[in-house]
Amino acid sequence: MKTYDAIVVGAGHNGLTNAAFLAKAGLNVLCVEKNDYIGGAAVSRNLHKDWIYSNCSYVCSLLRPEIFRALELHRHGLQVTPYGGSVTFMQNGDYFGSYWDSEVSYREKARFSKRDADAYIRYSTDTMRQCRFIRDFLLRTPPDPTSFKPADIRELLLLGRKFMEMGEDRMYETIRFWTMSVAEYLGEYFETDVIKTALSGSGIIGTALGVHSPGTAYVLLHHYMGDVDGNVGTWGYARGGMGGVSKSIAGAFQAYGGELRTDAGVDKIVVKNGKVKGVALTTGEEIDARVVVSNMDVKRTFLQCMDESDLDPEFYRRVRNFKSRGSSGKLNIALNGLPTFPALPKGSSLMHSDMHFIDSMERMERAYDDWKAGTWSKDPYVDMLIPTLVDPTMAPPGKHFMSCFIQYCPPQINGRRWTDAERDAFGKTVIDQIANYSPDFKSLIEHVEIRTPQDIEDQIGITEGNIFHGELTMDQLLFNRPVPGYAQYRSPVGGLYMCGSSTHPGGGVMAAPGANAAREILFDLKRHNTVPENFGDD
Amino acid sequence: MTEQYDAIVIGAGHNGLVCAALLGKAGRKVLVLEANEQVGGAAVTRRFADDYSVPACAHLLYQLQPQVKKDLGLNIALASDDMETVALSTDGQHVRYSSDRVHGVSDADAASYRDFHRRMSRFANLLQTYLNKPPPRLGTKDRKDLVTLARLGLDLRMLGRKEMREFLRLIGMNIHDEVTERFENKLLKGALSLDAVLGTHLGPRSPNTIMTYLYRLAGNGGRLAAPAGGMGAVSEALAQAARSNGVTIRTGMPVQRVIVDNGRVTGVETQNGENFASFTVVSNADPKTTILNLVGARHVETGFARRISNIRMQGNAAKLHLALDGLPVVQGLEKRDFGARLLIAPDEHYVERAFNPAKYGETSPEPVLEISIPSFRDSTLAPTGKHVLSAIVQYAPYRLKKGWDKAAREAFKETTLRKITEFMPDIDGRITAVEMLTPVDIEQEFHMGGGHWHHGEFTLDQFMFVRPVSGAAQYAMPLDGLFLCGAGTHPGGGVSGAAGRNAARALLAREKTA
Repeated sequence: MKTYDAIVVGAGHNGLTNAAFLAKAGLNVLCVEKNDYIGGAAVSRNLHKDWIYSNCSYVCSLLRPEIFRALELHRHGLQVTPYGGSVTFMQNGDYFGSYWDSEVSYREKARFSKRDADAYIRYSTDTMRQCRFIRDFLLRTPPDPTSFKPADIRELLLLGRKFMEMGEDRMYETIRFWTMSVAEYLGEYFETDVIKTALSGSGIIGTALGVHSPGTAYVLLHHYMGDVDGNVGTWGYARGGMGGVSKSIAGAFQAYGGELRTDAGVDKIVVKNGKVKGVALTTGEEIDARVVVSNMDVKRTFLQCMDESDLDPEFYRRVRNFKSRGSSGKLNIALNGLPTFPALPKGSSLMHSDMHFIDSMERMERAYDDWKAGTWSKDPYVDMLIPTLVDPTMAPPGKHFMSCFIQYCPPQINGRRWTDAERDAFGKTVIDQIANYSPDFKSLIEHVEIRTPQDIEDQIGITEGNIFHGELTMDQLLFNRPVPGYAQYRSPVGGLYMCGSSTHPGGGVMAAPGANAAREILFDLKRHNTVPENFGDD
Repeated sequence: MTEQYDAIVIGAGHNGLVCAALLGKAGRKVLVLEANEQVGGAAVTRRFADDYSVPACAHLLYQLQPQVKKDLGLNIALASDDMETVALSTDGQHVRYSSDRVHGVSDADAASYRDFHRRMSRFANLLQTYLNKPPPRLGTKDRKDLVTLARLGLDLRMLGRKEMREFLRLIGMNIHDEVTERFENKLLKGALSLDAVLGTHLGPRSPNTIMTYLYRLAGNGGRLAAPAGGMGAVSEALAQAARSNGVTIRTGMPVQRVIVDNGRVTGVETQNGENFASFTVVSNADPKTTILNLVGARHVETGFARRISNIRMQGNAAKLHLALDGLPVVQGLEKRDFGARLLIAPDEHYVERAFNPAKYGETSPEPVLEISIPSFRDSTLAPTGKHVLSAIVQYAPYRLKKGWDKAAREAFKETTLRKITEFMPDIDGRITAVEMLTPVDIEQEFHMGGGHWHHGEFTLDQFMFVRPVSGAAQYAMPLDGLFLCGAGTHPGGGVSGAAGRNAARALLAREKTA
């Protein structure tokens, strides 16, 4: 029977990236996927007539440009179109917009507060500085601070030097930024509630924390540190939906000679004498490989696809305690026409932007309180977009696809599975909230797909439907991610690696974990490294 | 001709007294000006009803640093050392714990608690070393700072690989996840959650609450003590130490302003118009009050003033004092148990739910309480056979949406008494007097902004290098001659004396190099 050099479990964007870099180095690689489609949470699904849904992740920015270029994704069809701005609808009938054009944005903020408009310049400079600091470490393996190995000490010194280079004042600001809540961070700059609210969403997306929880300022970065064509902080649409990202990486992988199998769910990762031997599929088929790389989240990998007896008990306990509580849901809606939002001026560019319907920090925080109490937010934070205004390939002519990301939505209702009635009620909560600002919205709805974290777990396999494969809290970042001592993509089992978002630098369609893991694997196999270093072009 | 002092300390809180005593001990001529008639700031015993006295703000001692006691030769008699905590349950099945022992839980929980306590104490000991030194500056070439930083790195490594990893993981974490991972007993989880959030604007699910818990342990290894004669006795002992080192303490002398001349401090003016001259002024008041009210923002750089005004310091803890004509009945408690610390925090979710309204400027409909009956140990506080009950009640946000008027205070008092009655059914008939201090009352009585006993929220973004604000963590303010020595500086609040001692040492070290 054939033995592969490496088997990658899961054809999510990180699994595919990992597989592509391994194949590029000349390894004989197989990537197996349990679903009959590839992409994991970066997919385009045709679930209703001629509509295409990006039914999980829905916008693109974090994908590392180094990876884009190294894998020549443009040659495999990936095209990212930037979009700009956001709007927050207010209960008093007004709205607060943010625009591509900084002059227009300034005037808009000044409409609420001149002071805030001025403060925004300071705010964005300070925040971008934090972005640039962290961006340098996205494509690097986190050092182990307890290790005396030269490579770890070198990395620690680099981290230390980068930090020192900021200068005394900024070092302090960095410490504060990493530890404070997004509400407090914004509170230091702005006085207008709606402006703070509009900016705060990025601090809690995908996170089981509220805007007042310490540590959420850092989460902002996960939404600012991306770029489109070098414009840091810009977001874009992958043409044809987020599946375009996965498809192009899969294209690169196959072009390097990799083999891809869908409908091939892994039942067990097979371990023999403390070393990985291969995988056993749910069909009973066993495939051998020298290296197995898991794109699944750590909980699924180690708690479900392995025997406890194959693992170090301390490691097992840590993985069990790894926090990956789902906090967000999704509504994908097929529309028969473009809904109108009377609050917006006719022809406003804000129709193309992220739309939000919560206008105060108190409402943001209260949404979190519902989640803590074991239910979905009755007044949720919704990040709504109509991608078809930018990319018309996703719906029939004149019709539209609307993507709604919703927070907070628990993985379970009061500790038990969601019922269908509850899922429908959750969907209704969201639709009603949008309809408050768009009277014709409901009448245009042709089809709705409602996804709770439970559905995301059932369909894609992410534990508790946590979009980042584990929360981005300080105890689960950098050298603590996924668990202390195992932040360098290796597991306690020889030949078994992790390459999913549970590892550094975490979730988002970034592909950095997949690439970083490939670098470590190639190092262990003494192969030529195919993974690009950071451009350092900031 | 006004008299010239080497240093003037504004405020005779415990940190002010420690600082003054140490400066006096170093031969400086020191004057302490205290607004109230009594020394001690928030560590005082005072009357609240005929014949009844209570520790009016802080009511237990657990953080007084051994270094402070040693430097000042303090000998504080304790009425109770390693006091027990009882986490109350309405059915009488209470959980009891003291530093490393726990009763009333399963064997698994008891073992887990010992392990938890051992690890937490170890980390707290590491932390304690650094609470007792001024935080090093970052990014300087100063040898002393670099040595301290290197030392910190080395100390972390010395924990050993496993413990160091655990430390780096836990330090930013919340208490909720840690206690739910470890324990099954609800009362124990609730009690430890409460320990971690006392005095803060945080709930047990807020990241950072492991750190507040460690801070609590960093002094006396988590052993709770009650000084003989109440908290006031601690302040009296400190005042005595100061006086014996030649310090002049004048009470009833509220300071109006710090006099600044030509960009340097030259003295202070009191509200009754008296002037005192000194080129060194050390403020025990909180940083906001000091810089914005006493000094005036115009005397400091705008960036600094902005940082000071951004300090979060809105208290959430109210104080309830009851005069009782006898001990209340609590199911499952014997008479001797009333000397313990009693907690009302039935489970970890309860504590979080109590916190929720505080975020929106509302009081908890179901508050959490830390109760002490100091008269049980100290017969001077109440007439024979009668008692006083002192409780810290959370959450009562300083900035109440509707404002703290008389009605709001009454309403919260009623809410609190209702909660106590659930656990002490006959208490209503025993109460002869009640006093409720809201954070606004605490602010007024003890002159601490926001009524916050840490003089500034105790979170990682206001800790160590960045406490009170970035670039001013070494006690000297960016105004010649001005120093801070209160809880708003490193390491923070609690009756520890660490801030006062660090400030005195920083000041003396500075004089030496100048």
